[in-house]
Amino acid sequence: MSVSVKNLTKRFGGFTALERVSLEVPGGELLALLGPSGSGKTTLLRIIAGLEAADEGTVLYSDEDVTGVSVRERNVGFVFQHYALFRHMTVFENVAFGLRVRKRKEADVERRVSELLHLIQLESLGRRYPSQLSGGQRQRVALARALAAEPKLLLLDEPFGALDAKVRQELRGWLRRLHEEIHVTSIFVTHDQEEAFEVSDRVVVMNHGKIEQVGSPEDVFEHPASPFVMDFLGNVNVFHGRVQGGLAHVGGMSVAAPEHPEHHSRPATVYVRPHELDIHRQSMNGSSIRASIVRINPLGAAVRVGLTGENGEVLQVDLHRDRAAELGLAVGESVWVAPRKARVFIHDYQI
Amino acid sequence: MSSAAPAVAVTPAPAAVGPRGVSREDPLVVRIALTGTALLVIGVLIVIPVADVFYQALRGGIGAYAKSLFGDADTWAAIKLTLTVAPIAVLANTVFGIAAAWAIARFEFRGRSVLTTVIDLPFSVSPVVAGLVFVLLFGLQGYFGHWLRDHGLKIIFATPGIILATAFVTFPFVARELIPTMEALGDEEETAAVSLGANAWQMFWRVTLPNIKWGLLHGIILCNARAMGEFGAVYVVSGRITGQTDTIPLRVEKLFQEYDTPGSFAVASLLTVLALVTLVIKVFLEEKRRRELAEATRFEAGGGEKS
Repeated sequence: MSVSVKNLTKRFGGFTALERVSLEVPGGELLALLGPSGSGKTTLLRIIAGLEAADEGTVLYSDEDVTGVSVRERNVGFVFQHYALFRHMTVFENVAFGLRVRKRKEADVERRVSELLHLIQLESLGRRYPSQLSGGQRQRVALARALAAEPKLLLLDEPFGALDAKVRQELRGWLRRLHEEIHVTSIFVTHDQEEAFEVSDRVVVMNHGKIEQVGSPEDVFEHPASPFVMDFLGNVNVFHGRVQGGLAHVGGMSVAAPEHPEHHSRPATVYVRPHELDIHRQSMNGSSIRASIVRINPLGAAVRVGLTGENGEVLQVDLHRDRAAELGLAVGESVWVAPRKARVFIHDYQI
Repeated sequence: MSSAAPAVAVTPAPAAVGPRGVSREDPLVVRIALTGTALLVIGVLIVIPVADVFYQALRGGIGAYAKSLFGDADTWAAIKLTLTVAPIAVLANTVFGIAAAWAIARFEFRGRSVLTTVIDLPFSVSPVVAGLVFVLLFGLQGYFGHWLRDHGLKIIFATPGIILATAFVTFPFVARELIPTMEALGDEEETAAVSLGANAWQMFWRVTLPNIKWGLLHGIILCNARAMGEFGAVYVVSGRITGQTDTIPLRVEKLFQEYDTPGSFAVASLLTVLALVTLVIKVFLEEKRRRELAEATRFEAGGGEKS
């Protein structure tokens, strides 16, 4: 089932959680809503579920307007951040809940629950209570419970937020495989870009109640639509300069900016990821700036070099180990830093 | 063989209690004095009077005791009245208590703090005043008195008035038990139930009620004990018509005033047994309830820390 939301606006008192947000989710997709806290991603998810009512705008399931339909009648599976398992019920009864309230036959309930317990690999723990389970197990029970009544839409609010790194890693892969198996349209909220990129087909990056960018993980990472997206998706080096005629000028360095061919000069910001900077012993004729090395930290396959630019910029460069060995860098040395790739944003964008 | 002896000597003496353990050890005299005083006070104020109730009640033998309780039509009427009034008042307060706790724990609304305070009002108002308020409202000279008389309804000096007064005095018990429990529980499980397709009724019976059951029972038990024992408010509204509007506590007082000491104590022993039974159930429920609340708090805060 596809989902589309049109011009959703939601305010909490004076705070605007969502401002005219529109989004299309094709059927069968696994979509991530990614953004910092307060960006409106959870509010959007809850409105799509029907747990929250929008002040303006509409929500459509396929082509049916469900804006006024209560969550109870929408038949969506919702996985809560803290699982919200029924603590006085066994795992079996938790999973069976959605079927019992629909008055399904006992035999059908048992068959469906066993099927789901098998799916979440907890067949043997049906008689346990939630308090006897680990965090990762609880999360899977919550997922099975949400899936029990065969929802047309699965919504997950920070599904791995409360888990430790290793369990989180396992569950991510598991969720991805599960989605490939059951193929229900799924939307999950996360503030972790790695999680969003690893699990989802498409990523929606949100900030201040608006959608900044929608695209495949690769798209969003390689072609960020705004300084916010660039900044939010990992470390980035920032240079301030001006752009004119398709070239950005930062100090003595020029960087190609074909997306800004205008003739008049405008202030611009140049963003370069640490792994897109290289270090050279000699000046690269107008495409590098001078910097001195402040520290060198080996990080497994990469070596992270901290530098101070000639105009006082704080720079970070991730070099491949072999490249670092070839250069033989030492703290205090003066070198040249050159971007292999850069993104230039002119200043009518504000972070 | 004496080989065991050196082995015992080798094990470190329990002197390693640590400075904290030592500093908390008060001198023996102080401990005996404190414990002794406490036991003495409890003995004089509680144990002896309670024991005396049974002693006085049973002094004339078990036959006289049974006769005082079941042979006297007026006493029997008082027992029946109390057994009618208390369940109705408790039931009403259970429903109101759940509703009030729900409103306070689940919703943000204007007047929420006012409601929280008003729930406690019956605890701070003297029961006599509470009774007078009902007389003022529903008595013959009261605001609704004429209307009630014209329609042939009797509240004051009748069972409805006794129920009203009892319910008023015992109103806070259930609500006050439930508010902290429901606040600690949060509404996530309830929201989850609704998202899984439960209607409000299913949500309440299958999710909310099982989670609050011990707290609720605790409230009901205390509410019942107080409802059966209420004297002041009922004294004012009942009119003390022997055989008609006397409840157990009023009957105790009346028998005592009429110099029927054995009869008075026999009836009093009923209330005392009720108190003791309540106490036992209360202790049992408190343990359950403590766990319920701890579980709620841990679940709320813990989420999935354990993994």
